[in-house]
Amino acid sequence: METSPPLLRLSNITRSFPGVLANDRVSVDFHAGEVHALLGENGAGKTTLMNILYGLHAPDSGELLFEGRPVRVGSPAQALRLGIALVPQHPLLVERHTVAENLALGLRDGLLLTRRRLLAKLRERLADHPLQVDLEARVESLSAGQKQRLEILRALLQGARVLILDEPTSVLTPQEVAPLFQQLAQLKAQGMAILFISHKLDEVLSHADRITVLRAGRKVGELSAREATHEQLVRLMLGREAVPRPRLAPAQPGVRLEVTNLEVRSDRGLPAVRGASFTLAPGEILGIAGVAGSGQGELVEALAGLRPFRGQARLEGEPLEGLSPAQLFARGVAHVPEERRAGTVPAMSVAENLALRTFRTALRRGPWLDRERMERQATELIQAYQIATPGPRAPLRLLSGGNIQRAVLARELAGAPRLLIAVHPTYGVDVGATEQVHRLLIQRAREGMSVLLVTEDLDELFALSHRVAALYQGALRGPWPAGEVDFERLGRMMTQAAEGAA
Amino acid sequence: MIRFELDPLPRRRKRVGVYLGVLALAFTLAGALFAAYGVGPLEAYGTLLEGTLGDPQGLAEVLRRTIPLLLIGSGLTLAFRVSFFNIGAEGQLLLGAAAGAAVALFLPASAVSLPLMFLAGAAAGGLWTLPAAWLRARVDVNEILTTLMLNSVAGYLVLYLVSGPWRGEQVQGFTYTDEFPGAARLPLLGDTLVHWPTLVLGVVLAVALQVLLTRTSLGYELRVVGESPRAARYAGMPIPRVVLLTGLLSGGAAGLAGVGEVAGIHYRLLDPSQISLGYGFTAIIVAWLARGHPALVLLTAPLMGLILAGGDLLKISLNMPFRVIDVFSGLMLLCLIAGESLVRYRVRWAR
Amino acid sequence: MMEEFLQALTRALSFGTPLLLASLGALVNERAGVVNLGVEGMMAVGALAAFGVASETEAPGAAVCLAMAVGALAALLHGFVTLTLRANAYVSGLALAMLGLGVAGLLGKRYEGAILFEPAPELPFTVAAGALAVVLWGFLHATRPGLVLRSVGENPAAADVLGVNVMAVRYLAVAFGGALAGLAGAFLSLAYRPAWTDGMTAGLGWIAVALVIFVGWSPLRAVLGAVFFGLLYYLQFRLQDQSQVPTELFAAMPYLLVVVVLALAGLRRTQGSAPAALGRPYHRGER
Repeated sequence: METSPPLLRLSNITRSFPGVLANDRVSVDFHAGEVHALLGENGAGKTTLMNILYGLHAPDSGELLFEGRPVRVGSPAQALRLGIALVPQHPLLVERHTVAENLALGLRDGLLLTRRRLLAKLRERLADHPLQVDLEARVESLSAGQKQRLEILRALLQGARVLILDEPTSVLTPQEVAPLFQQLAQLKAQGMAILFISHKLDEVLSHADRITVLRAGRKVGELSAREATHEQLVRLMLGREAVPRPRLAPAQPGVRLEVTNLEVRSDRGLPAVRGASFTLAPGEILGIAGVAGSGQGELVEALAGLRPFRGQARLEGEPLEGLSPAQLFARGVAHVPEERRAGTVPAMSVAENLALRTFRTALRRGPWLDRERMERQATELIQAYQIATPGPRAPLRLLSGGNIQRAVLARELAGAPRLLIAVHPTYGVDVGATEQVHRLLIQRAREGMSVLLVTEDLDELFALSHRVAALYQGALRGPWPAGEVDFERLGRMMTQAAEGAA
Repeated sequence: MIRFELDPLPRRRKRVGVYLGVLALAFTLAGALFAAYGVGPLEAYGTLLEGTLGDPQGLAEVLRRTIPLLLIGSGLTLAFRVSFFNIGAEGQLLLGAAAGAAVALFLPASAVSLPLMFLAGAAAGGLWTLPAAWLRARVDVNEILTTLMLNSVAGYLVLYLVSGPWRGEQVQGFTYTDEFPGAARLPLLGDTLVHWPTLVLGVVLAVALQVLLTRTSLGYELRVVGESPRAARYAGMPIPRVVLLTGLLSGGAAGLAGVGEVAGIHYRLLDPSQISLGYGFTAIIVAWLARGHPALVLLTAPLMGLILAGGDLLKISLNMPFRVIDVFSGLMLLCLIAGESLVRYRVRWAR
Repeated sequence: MMEEFLQALTRALSFGTPLLLASLGALVNERAGVVNLGVEGMMAVGALAAFGVASETEAPGAAVCLAMAVGALAALLHGFVTLTLRANAYVSGLALAMLGLGVAGLLGKRYEGAILFEPAPELPFTVAAGALAVVLWGFLHATRPGLVLRSVGENPAAADVLGVNVMAVRYLAVAFGGALAGLAGAFLSLAYRPAWTDGMTAGLGWIAVALVIFVGWSPLRAVLGAVFFGLLYYLQFRLQDQSQVPTELFAAMPYLLVVVVLALAGLRRTQGSAPAALGRPYHRGER
């Protein structure tokens, strides 16, 4: 295999963005019939490299060779014509259209496209494909795994020869991961070149043939998966040994948060959380897992004062019902939201963003906003949480994702909260910020803060939680002490109706 | 192919350069339309400048037009900062004028007549925004369409008043009310039509709204709601209340302008097209130019006041229709928002 | 009785025709994800262009074509500002409305008050509008270009990766919207009221924009919506003659109705059927 010429070659690719060198002279070969993993931490330049392959960005210098010929990929459509297809992390599908309509959008033939003709045509073309999908289902009703399968199917229908998958397992439950890789192995056997991007060492080691490691925009190693070891990859990825996390201290006695029979409705008025009950002790971290749309968003919003609920939620005996987010914060409930944009105002300054919780309380003098104090407070937080920013007056949008997340945490933890509700706190942030977030959560828990941690990243969930639970279609399963369940079982809890208490 | 790249921190020089450039483009295009109409652009602009900046009477005319623009413009600047696109200032001005007239005509004249008129005008103008603001805040109906429609409704309402129940007793065949008593008339600056108390009110309002936005915790709340409703919700800000308040404030400012016009110039309520020369629409440009800073209206209102006064001159001395103002307004607004994009992005010609 | 009913219906259809034409155009560009509030302005320039050609050359066909071309051109200006330059589409549409009214008023001054001696018949316009609604429905739901157009309005990024030229589709849709607004204008100045007066569009363009929301972006329901508004206009005229209610109230009615219609659409949540990417600029590689 090594002797055959590569199907696709990246040669000395360099690309910079204002202030960052995202790819620095990166060269990689992709061979037909091979699964190639691109490994690296957030911010290592994986996404940029993928976008260059896919025609979303043009490289500043360097070239792409397809079957030995230099090519210019100026748009995703051109990439597709060459036979390069991408399965993005977040599906690029028209949610409100049917599966058939989404597939038809990529096909070039036929002007008239009545529903019946479309279905007949697609059935014919899909006859020899093992992936079966319900052609008439609306995409919005599909699960994340089904959408991913639809994207792969569409790529195949387009005649793709190179398939790029961006963090393909990040949206899947543990049970969906194995079938995905089986399918990729099949495609590999049919002679496709497969490239998948990941930051998870285990899946890279067990499913890839070759591994390319990126760090800070540079290629720092390429090795055969058979010869690579876990430790070796960590060293390459981080450029140093991993810093061990501080150990979880045992939770304290007593009850900080008590939730009984919580019922929450979704935006469409449908029941999203059904009768959830749990307690949280001081100093305890409770991890809740669930595939997207299982009700975790509604659960968090209810406890953060953003959504009405029925049932009871008490913070040290005090009912939380009907309190606004601001009132809750004053009582010691902090909230790191799922999306950073939801909790920040990018166009406003770092100092103003840090004031979002206190502008009406600590920073107010009569009707006036105490700007001097606001900036002083910001300067202190910037130092304490090592937020890299040109200054407190710089607009927040100039900061990197990791630094914005540091700012959010700094603001939320500044009031010494009793309960922190954190959703995907390390999503899309770099290694340094991830380590810092983990350290902070564990330290603060040790000092008595309770944490409700909601995340899809099961590694993180098990590493940080005293107890874990799963949400399935709005029903809470668990919680159990983290030592008593494993990945597999929690994964089943997240996806299977029949599982119950098995 | 033109390619655009985000420019994270545009320099001030680029900003100013682009805005001057697009304004020049707007005037050039307007000039081309004048030529198509049959008036030389140089002649038109010559007339415009000479008759306004070139003589004291003209300057006074500019100042007189600036007064309502100052009031409405600072209110709209605030509204746009909160992302409430109030296009209904024209109607809010008319309602203010009507309420002021009601006080002047139907309450006994006294020393408090004028303050009462301004109060009533502000209240009426503010209340006139409420349907649109409520629909926007509660059921997310686009306020541009609703405020715009309420302009026409306000126009017909005033027309009904002056031709029906409020029609003056001493006027034969005309559609306007009786004249206001002396106590309900604003003092003028010399022999001009500059009703200076309203001017002072406008300056004070511009500064006050600037202070409100940047120095108070309410202003902070307004800015967060305007920039990022999601963040506002996250922090527990009462978004519907903020939107309603914004509607009240901007409509109230327009209402004040309406009182100024009837109490300072006409001394009666009359046909809507005579009360306002499209001040509500021109003020949109005043506010857009001020870029979220009500105090900057102190500069941008006179600029548009100049154009309004100039449009009047074009009408009288060059026999052009009053729609000239719409041409200016439309072109300037288009060029301004286009310029805004040019500031935000770096333009690159890609191969 | 029967006669009265027939008369009501014909008048309603003739009032409804410009509304239907303009809102079908706006509907198409909104299905592609582009908001254009400038319908009133495009209608005005279209009406003037048609009247100008018709009174100089007496060739109604050419007049209609020019009106559509002028409307499309005006729409393309909006397209450039919002699609290429990515400016706020709502404000740009407002500016286009002002500009269109201004230009029509300025350049139309020489025709002010003039009338057309050979007015065009109304019926062909009405029939064309009705047929177009059906054709558009078929186009949107049973053809490939229709699927492409809908996809661009729902998720332009998804269409882009499959090789759809999102910009081109949106520009075409905007131009189509402008052309139909121009056609609606031509109907007004050639057939409905064969004369030129400044401001003869009388707010119809705004009502057309609101109608699109009211009918939930469906071309077939747009026919019903247009007939409904047409009947209301007719009633307004009938009642105006007979009752003691002041005329200003009737004159204000269409505008009030738009507010009511928008409020109803909001309360009934038909806004939920708005194209998902409506009013959002798309540029590859940006989220």
